[in-house]
Amino acid sequence: MDKLLEVRNIKAQFVTDGNVVNAVDGVSFYLNPGEIIGVVGESGSGKSVTMMSLLQLISSPGRVAGGEVYLENGKDNLLSYPPNGEKMREVRGGKIGMIFQEPMTSLNPVLTVGYQIQETIMLHLGLDKEAARAKAVEMLKLVNIPDAESRFGYYAQQFSGGMRQRIMIAMALAAEPEILIADEATTALDVTTQAQLLEMMQDIAKKTGTSIIIVTHNLGIVAQYAERIYVMYSGHIMEHAGTKALFRRPEHPYTRGLLKAIPRLSDPKGKVLVPIDGLPPNPANRPPYCPFYPRCEYRKERCKEGIPPLRMTEEGHSIACFLSGEELEQREEELSHKLQKETAKKTIKPELCLDIRKVRKYFPVYKGLIRKKIGEVKAIEDITFQVRKGETLGIVGESGCGKTTLARCLMRVYRPDEGEVIFEGTDIARMKDSELISFRPKMQMIFQDPFSSLDPRQTAGSIVGESLKIHHLTKSQEEYEAKVDELFRLVGLSPELRERVPHEFSGGQRQRLGIARALASNPSLIVCDEPISALDVSIQAQIINLLEELQSRLGLTYLFIAHDLAVVKHISDRIMVMYLGRIVEFSDCLDLYEEPLHPYTKALLSAVPDANPDAGRERIPLKGEVPSILKRPAGCPFSDRCNLTEDRCRKETPQLKEVKPGHRVACFLYEQQEDA
Amino acid sequence: METILEKARTAKERKQESRRKFVKALFRRKVVLFGAIGVLAFILIAVLAPLLAPYDPNKTDFFAALQSPSGAHLLGTDDLGRDVLSRIIYGSRVSLAVGVLAVAIACVAGTFLGMCAAYLGGWADAVIMRSCEALMSIPNTVLAMALIAVFGGGLRNLAIILGLSTVPGYVRMMRAEVLKIKGSDFVMAGKLQGSKNLRLMYKHILPNSLSPIIVMMTQQVGQTILVEAGLSFLGVGVSVPTASWGSMVSDGKAYLLTNPVFAITPGICVAILVICLNMFGDGIRDALDPRLRGDI
Repeated sequence: MDKLLEVRNIKAQFVTDGNVVNAVDGVSFYLNPGEIIGVVGESGSGKSVTMMSLLQLISSPGRVAGGEVYLENGKDNLLSYPPNGEKMREVRGGKIGMIFQEPMTSLNPVLTVGYQIQETIMLHLGLDKEAARAKAVEMLKLVNIPDAESRFGYYAQQFSGGMRQRIMIAMALAAEPEILIADEATTALDVTTQAQLLEMMQDIAKKTGTSIIIVTHNLGIVAQYAERIYVMYSGHIMEHAGTKALFRRPEHPYTRGLLKAIPRLSDPKGKVLVPIDGLPPNPANRPPYCPFYPRCEYRKERCKEGIPPLRMTEEGHSIACFLSGEELEQREEELSHKLQKETAKKTIKPELCLDIRKVRKYFPVYKGLIRKKIGEVKAIEDITFQVRKGETLGIVGESGCGKTTLARCLMRVYRPDEGEVIFEGTDIARMKDSELISFRPKMQMIFQDPFSSLDPRQTAGSIVGESLKIHHLTKSQEEYEAKVDELFRLVGLSPELRERVPHEFSGGQRQRLGIARALASNPSLIVCDEPISALDVSIQAQIINLLEELQSRLGLTYLFIAHDLAVVKHISDRIMVMYLGRIVEFSDCLDLYEEPLHPYTKALLSAVPDANPDAGRERIPLKGEVPSILKRPAGCPFSDRCNLTEDRCRKETPQLKEVKPGHRVACFLYEQQEDA
Repeated sequence: METILEKARTAKERKQESRRKFVKALFRRKVVLFGAIGVLAFILIAVLAPLLAPYDPNKTDFFAALQSPSGAHLLGTDDLGRDVLSRIIYGSRVSLAVGVLAVAIACVAGTFLGMCAAYLGGWADAVIMRSCEALMSIPNTVLAMALIAVFGGGLRNLAIILGLSTVPGYVRMMRAEVLKIKGSDFVMAGKLQGSKNLRLMYKHILPNSLSPIIVMMTQQVGQTILVEAGLSFLGVGVSVPTASWGSMVSDGKAYLLTNPVFAITPGICVAILVICLNMFGDGIRDALDPRLRGDI
């Protein structure tokens, strides 16, 4: 078959402090007409740099150091064009369109979105102004922007994140390119919006015959939407295969490791995650041999002899590994016999750790010179639930659903306007800051961003030991030192690292420091606010396992806030689903995944891209996007997006009611059943 | 027992170790070392002025007025026949004292007020910021003159008044920094650990917001010396015979065409001092920030 795009042995280098860093080290791939391929890799694997290189978008101190790129079987190597010459500019935007991750900054805020699309069309298709305008409106319709004609004159900030990304896609497609590169294009969006966008791109690809390269770190997305997949690690392609083959029979040790390390929605509940040990190599000091060698479970002495080339193992499946298929299988067999660590046993006690009753928090909105109150943001309302000692309660929901506000109300960063927060028998909702100090050691928090949650000027040791000092939990200097050392060991860090400052640690290590800090005061409740979403895929399992192990050893209670439903399924005992500040469903973990009741939960679950292309799942499309919390619809918050909305839903707010033991849902559908 | 002692020793050693790291990081760049030596030299000159100056700085000799540099007077003499070199050496005392003292006062007061405004917010913020704006609407020189007229001149008053007139700049900068840092996760983490407000401010917010203040301080020293010159020129600064670099520049200005050394040399001194302070200040800022320290 004629290849649409062929990249051969492309290399990109960056020069920093006199050292040459090979960010991309000989990557080859191809793309057939009308095909969707996926390029997956962790941060620093060189996936974005590869795409930038083939468009010659790398700027100083980086440069494309070699390779060839051919478009449509042409004779010209794209890399031989001058980077800013006319021919290259024709390719960029004209033949190959690109969408970036950040929808907030990739549109120019001082030009109308219509003008920006129009400009692209005039530039590449040579249409006159009127025709270009008509085409721009057509493009906006193509990406399902409602009321496209009038939205033409809107500015970027008048659209939501998802809408902006649609506009970016419209712009990228405006010049009718043959290839669309989507570089983490949906990463910053909510799950339901992400699914809408990816499906739309798939549709457009089919309709217009455009080929798409999806660049992402999310194995679920490529599993669901790509036809072929390239797995990248440390500037090299490690494995290339058709999607089904890759997920059914991964061959490269890295891919095998990854699939064992990530929790998947379709996995059974008790799955043991096997983390990949160690860290991805720093591109600046990559070894002269297989870059995965230091973390590889299958390694042999001869792996150190050089960088393995990509070799075909069967039709359409190739890996970069020196070991033969038999050697890999044999080792796989050995590894499966190796005593697997059991999932940590936990004991859930009947007594309550946390009893939340009717908590409400509104934020006032002020406007004008005299700061007159003009309204309220109804962040959370009517939140009631209980958490037993030793259990993990997962809280899921999309951005703006109030999960972080709820966590902050429980931790008493905010003071709830109404309701009770009963922690171990004491209502702390109305306490003053000074009274709260004695409760602080018992409830701790692990933050989402391991980079901003550690004071950059403190040493690791003093960060971890801070609460020991504040609450005088150790009697002497020696005891303090010993306790800090012990905390370091508890989270798997060497106490020798105590004098380092946070920026000397990697993301995963920083998150371990955050956990050690939370554990220092011997808490009974830990609120984990998206603790792994900022970490690399291969590191996430390490942290999840650590959290589970600590729970069983120390009898901790977790509130686990996340938007990744697969992770929540893995770690939680019970799950609470929130939508626009209200609880819509509350249930035992398995019950929720097997039989979701609320229409929102159903749609949310069906939108999660599962890293298992074989799991046949019904997709429930959802109208629109998560509305701003300022514009919550009257009645049921989900009423304007629900497929089953009736008049009653728009007038009354459904209350959380028990439908079957341990499964509560706020929806009129199930009340009517009861009445009947 | 042995192990406990060892532990205690390691804790002490760790402290020494981090001090060593700081000094090493500070002087890693040659420029910083150069700046530090320069600042030290100026301080030594000021302290040892009586030993270094070849003549009495205030002794007039009308027969030797406005001489060009020569063997007897290395930098020549001024309009009253006083030795310029000696006056520069003595002048460094006034200029350094006024410059450093005024900046120190402004920085301490400004940092404190700025932090209070940002951290406490509400009424405290409004009162502090509106007062600063009121203060900023009056030109520095006019304000200083008015205050001197009320409280009297002299080195100490001059330093305090010059310091106070530059406070608003520090307050505004500090307020902006603290507002930025106050919202960070690590500050919330500190609060959730159970830290009281004072501890949060002192342990987490202050160290992370000092960088721009340090840079501003090093630049303000030169500014202050020049404002002092202006005041001396207007006759409300340091009383007449006492030498200061600023007053020498304004005295020498009249003879710029005939006897340029007289006016230019004190000016050069101000410039060199400011450059040295800048280089040293940048070094301190970088060494205090672990992210800029680099691999040591």
